[in-house]
Amino acid sequence: METIGIIDYGMGNLHSLQKSLERAAGGSRVLVSYDPETLLACDRLVLPGVGGARACMDELKRLELDRVVREAARRKPLLGVCLGMQVLLEHSDENGGVATLGLIPGQVVRFPDPPPPEPGAPADARLKVPHMGWNRVHQNRPHPLWAGVPDDAWFYFVHSYYAAPRDPAHVLGTADYLRPFAAAIARDNVAGFQFHPEKSQDAGLRLLANFAAWNGEG
Amino acid sequence: MLAKRIIPCLDIDAGRVVKGVKFEDLRDAGDPVEVARRYDQQGADELVFLDITASAQDRAILFKTVEAVAREIYIPLTVGGGVRSCADVRALLSAGADKVSINTAAVLDPDFVTEAGERYGVQCIVAAIDAKRVKPRKKDAGAPPRWQIYTHGGRKSTGLDAIEWARTLVEKGAGELLVTSMDRDGTQEGYDLELLRAIADAVPVPVVASGGVGELEHLYQGFVEGHADAVLAASIFHSGAHTVGEAKRYLAARGIPVRL
Repeated sequence: METIGIIDYGMGNLHSLQKSLERAAGGSRVLVSYDPETLLACDRLVLPGVGGARACMDELKRLELDRVVREAARRKPLLGVCLGMQVLLEHSDENGGVATLGLIPGQVVRFPDPPPPEPGAPADARLKVPHMGWNRVHQNRPHPLWAGVPDDAWFYFVHSYYAAPRDPAHVLGTADYLRPFAAAIARDNVAGFQFHPEKSQDAGLRLLANFAAWNGEG
Repeated sequence: MLAKRIIPCLDIDAGRVVKGVKFEDLRDAGDPVEVARRYDQQGADELVFLDITASAQDRAILFKTVEAVAREIYIPLTVGGGVRSCADVRALLSAGADKVSINTAAVLDPDFVTEAGERYGVQCIVAAIDAKRVKPRKKDAGAPPRWQIYTHGGRKSTGLDAIEWARTLVEKGAGELLVTSMDRDGTQEGYDLELLRAIADAVPVPVVASGGVGELEHLYQGFVEGHADAVLAASIFHSGAHTVGEAKRYLAARGIPVRL
């Protein structure tokens, strides 16, 4: 039986990700761990994340889990979710600027502050940050992770920063909020979702099932 | 395009869903797990779960109910009621909540919002605002309306001005505001649209409208006139008067972007 490891560096709610993976990947064992050796023995890894980029990187380093992520990125399917996706890039502007894992070339930048509403502007002209709620994801190119997921399906987002990969070929999917931004990225066996698949009902569960079956190519 | 969110609210008292009028006269509305599962299947965008007596009775949150509800649904769950410390926030997130709503504790110590946001991410910190319209005195005739903040499940006045308080909460790091009109809660007369609009236009973070929905038209008003980013309702869904799906189809037909 395959094992999917969720990397636990002490930030946020991993239970919903775990139960969603267990439901989506029926044939796999799902474990949550902060032990490097336990995680390295898994067949595939998920790097979740809520909170700030600096705290995330600090904790990953303190627990020697940055090493685990880099090691996994060399040979196993690896999935970053939300902040876990953002730290896959080289640098985040969050918390005054943080060097991140550098597995996918590019930066993480903040949404611009929304302009003050003009008198009489329609309600949907008042865009807020964080980008919070359900948005459609357009699939930029075919990929095994998209199998069975309709184009422009709805996914649940909560974030104030977004990833800007340098190479457009690394962008698998785009959402539009204030500007088009990378909602799903991949480089070889390393992938990331800005949205929360574990909070996105059927389409999210399908993506997690696809990740559980993914051979790391595409 | 980001969809406008429809959020059923489960007020919880002693492990049951209840609904009161103006925060009083609580009536039983079902088992939380069953109700949550039903709304998930109907297409609710999120759920809010408020332990409405926790703060007043100094009682711990019903973690078991949170866990049971979180196990059943694959949409975001916000939990509030009696959240006092970072340990409470962490315990709720561990039980399966995605966001935690803070009210009384933020009034007692606004820096708590900052601390919780820095530790767990501002996106999971919702600040709840329970506001009541200040009765205008004769000499104030013609002046703009004012609202005051209440805590402890609506039992305690603070003297804080609602709009100023909303700004303060966002400066302190709240990622979202849940704005409840105590005058309208449970009345089915519609949201206090002036209150909503005043707050929604004053802050850069999403605002959730709460308190007073009695018909689908009120949801539409919350978005268009109240400038809310999400609308919360309880009775119209609990009573079976409308499903979440009906509400969404109604809003879509009137030009509101919703997830169908």
